Amino acid sequence: MSTSPSPADPRQLPSSAGSGTDRLAVVAAGGQVEPEVHERVRQTPAVLEIDRFNLWYGTKQALHSITMPIPHGKVTALVGPSGCGKSTLLRSVNRLNDLVPSVRITGEMRLNGDPIYDQRMDVIELRKRMGMVFQRPNPFPMSIYENVVYALRIDGESRRAVLDEVCERSLRGAALWDEVKDRLGESALGLSGGQQQRLCIARAIAAEPEVLLLDEPCSALDPIATGKVEDLIQELRGLYSVLIVTHNMQQASRSSDYTAFMYLGRLIEYGPTTDIFTKPVLRETEAYVTGRFG
Amino acid sequence: MSSDPLRRRRSTHAALAAHGEAWVWLTGGCLALAMAMIIGVLGYIVSEGVATFWPRPIELIELTDGRKVLGEETGRDTAPDGTGRRLVRTANFELTGKHFEWFDDGEVTATTRPAEATVVERLEGGRFQGFPTRLLHGDEVVATGGEEAWRGFREKHPDVRRRWREAWRIDKGDRGELQRKLRAARLAVVQAELSAGADSPAGAAAAAAEKAVAAEVEAQERRLDERTAELRAGNEGWGLEFTTAPGESVVLPLADIVRAWQPNKLSFAERLGVYASRWGEFLGDDPREANSAGGVFPAIWGTIAMTLIMALLVAPFGVLAALYLREYASRGPMTAAVRIAINNLAGVPSIVYGAFGLGFFCYVLGGSIDELLFRPALVADGQPTFGTGGLLWASLTLALLTLPVVIVATEEALSAVPNSMREGSYACGASKWQTIRRIVLPRALPGIMTGLILAMARGAGEVAPLMLVGVKKLALDLPIDGTFPFVHPEREFMHLAYLIYDVGFQSPNSQAAKPMVFTITFLLVAIIALLNVAAIWIRGRLRRRYVSQQF
Ligand SMILES: Nc1ncnc2c1ncn2[C@@H]1O[C@H](COP(=O)(O)OP(=O)(O)OP(=O)(O)O)[C@@H](O)[C@H]1O
Ligand SMILES: [Mg+2]
Repeated sequence: MSTSPSPADPRQLPSSAGSGTDRLAVVAAGGQVEPEVHERVRQTPAVLEIDRFNLWYGTKQALHSITMPIPHGKVTALVGPSGCGKSTLLRSVNRLNDLVPSVRITGEMRLNGDPIYDQRMDVIELRKRMGMVFQRPNPFPMSIYENVVYALRIDGESRRAVLDEVCERSLRGAALWDEVKDRLGESALGLSGGQQQRLCIARAIAAEPEVLLLDEPCSALDPIATGKVEDLIQELRGLYSVLIVTHNMQQASRSSDYTAFMYLGRLIEYGPTTDIFTKPVLRETEAYVTGRFG
Repeated sequence: MSSDPLRRRRSTHAALAAHGEAWVWLTGGCLALAMAMIIGVLGYIVSEGVATFWPRPIELIELTDGRKVLGEETGRDTAPDGTGRRLVRTANFELTGKHFEWFDDGEVTATTRPAEATVVERLEGGRFQGFPTRLLHGDEVVATGGEEAWRGFREKHPDVRRRWREAWRIDKGDRGELQRKLRAARLAVVQAELSAGADSPAGAAAAAAEKAVAAEVEAQERRLDERTAELRAGNEGWGLEFTTAPGESVVLPLADIVRAWQPNKLSFAERLGVYASRWGEFLGDDPREANSAGGVFPAIWGTIAMTLIMALLVAPFGVLAALYLREYASRGPMTAAVRIAINNLAGVPSIVYGAFGLGFFCYVLGGSIDELLFRPALVADGQPTFGTGGLLWASLTLALLTLPVVIVATEEALSAVPNSMREGSYACGASKWQTIRRIVLPRALPGIMTGLILAMARGAGEVAPLMLVGVKKLALDLPIDGTFPFVHPEREFMHLAYLIYDVGFQSPNSQAAKPMVFTITFLLVAIIALLNVAAIWIRGRLRRRYVSQQF
């Protein structure tokens, strides 16, 4: 299945195991390694292309020459130990890092061919083409209804029929409609944590984004709410291109089509989820996804 | 046997610090002390302020030298040698030259509370105390004998009082209205002369119009004169004759009597009636007798109008300034310097703000406005319109004074808005201003309200700067009233806090004014509390709406 030039199953080759742990050691020592990108990733059409992207916080480099295409209409999971730059990468996609004064970048990202970091790119227009859900639910201090249609409101949409329709569709999409349909006018701050997070997802999909960015959407939720959000991601699969950061390997293996393993700001291995979890090319990827390291 | 090396030794000091008992006592003690002082001050003000209008009994005091005095005991103290003495409000200033008198206990031979002893509040001259003997109408004696005369007085007085009120209303309201009309016509003439020249057709037309207005005003004046003369004639001659304690006989015109009561005879309900009526006068009428009696209505009105206008001015100003400082300005030495400057503004003595307000707002700004828009008034009678103290300038001065409070509170509130909300908004494609408008400001609103509440409390209680920029001892024309254009921001006004100073320390009869000072203070505190309660209620609603977070 994998068309990677590397040996099909590294577990059968003790020599490659030795060189595999070396890679992380090389990275930890500040060296550069070639990422293992499976051929199948390259073959799917990409909604978002990240091309030799580097990012510095002041003098500290947080992303090292990341090159990865994000396949169109699929769910792509970003995994890796804490502090490896997953959130940074996600926030670079919709240029939220512009708000951090010390950030400097080189390299390129393209959304459906449009250069994201181009001088002529309007950041506001760019962000309208993406939806983002954060680690902690961050509903706005307004009614449930207004939260969902926020993106339309700031675009100046005021036709009640349009707003109503979008509100219902998004809430249904986020599997929240039945729980809140009778209290749309109430403050969103009165919802439970899980409901708030699904509300944030509804808000993110209201404007029909080209890419949906989810940064550990379940980390602040209890198992039941997590289950609901996971089901939701399953349903979004195929409808949206999703880039999701997660620490939960089961979540990644269950709900994503592709998985990328990052370490200390580098991309280490990137391939179809089934391959990454059952027969990764690199030993250290296997060690990480099976929980033996990280 | 050696002790376990892993076991750490704990000092008693550490244990005490860990359990924190000492801190509980210290913090709790400080709070208790603060509360005791606050409750002490407020309790004293309230108890004194509330008691002022309660009709207290008056006593007939007989002295060793044979003198008799009728008066209300208002205070008592003990001399170092142990003898007591009392302060008695003897009133009848025109007869004795005193309002109050001290008597040693040794001098007093007897005190009684005669039922017919009467207290009279007059329009002028302070209180009068005596025994009614006859009700007179011109040369005619309508009723003789204490009880009869008192009954007759109770019957006649309301009518007299009503007529007096109507005449007063005509003098103050209607005549003032006519004068204003006349002045407006006069100013139109000056305006026409200024813009088109004295001999121009416009000037001639204005002059003709003025003549017409003058004729009409004169006709109306005559009608008013007739009416007031008629009213006064109705009151003419009505008088109540009193005998004072020493035995002098005095006739008080009924029209001069505001209110009279026989405190020793009153039932509790009647006492309550007098109490309520005196509060009614206090809250609803104009002041009398150099502000030491009567009402404080213009001052209540002025205080509330000024405080609200101040809040309306300072709120947008302070919030916008804080918004720029917190949301737009880049962090650096400049913003730090600005912030320090703002904090220091809060320490500038308020009289300095008053001087600035007078110099800049009244003379520079107001003077320019007068030059530009109110030239006729300047030319006609040299009278400044905006170029002197007034409600607008006072409100602006206080807005400046309270600006630091609002800016600091707003900045705090803005920085308390979670960054995650801002990022969420940006991620939706909102611009900076949209984020501020729709997310940051609503969320910060309760905190901004807190700043505004503090500012209002501070501003409403300020006296020193107000004396320079428009508060007057007496200003009966309200800054907001029924005459076009309804709001008169240029008018001078009265203010409760200034009234406290004026009545308490500038009054010719300070002993008599003392209870009044307490009542005014009580009223001011109550008004500020009321404004605050309203603001806190609004804040609570906002907080429920925008801030409460449920987990
Ligand atoms: N605003 C910032 N300023 C400076 N350094 C930052 C900033 N944000 C993140 N970093 C650094 O960049 C690196 C990557 O951080 P990032 O938040 O992307 O990690 P992450 O993979 O999302 O971790 P986690 O799984 O814990 O969320 C970290 O070393 C972090 O300390
Ligand atoms: Mg993160």
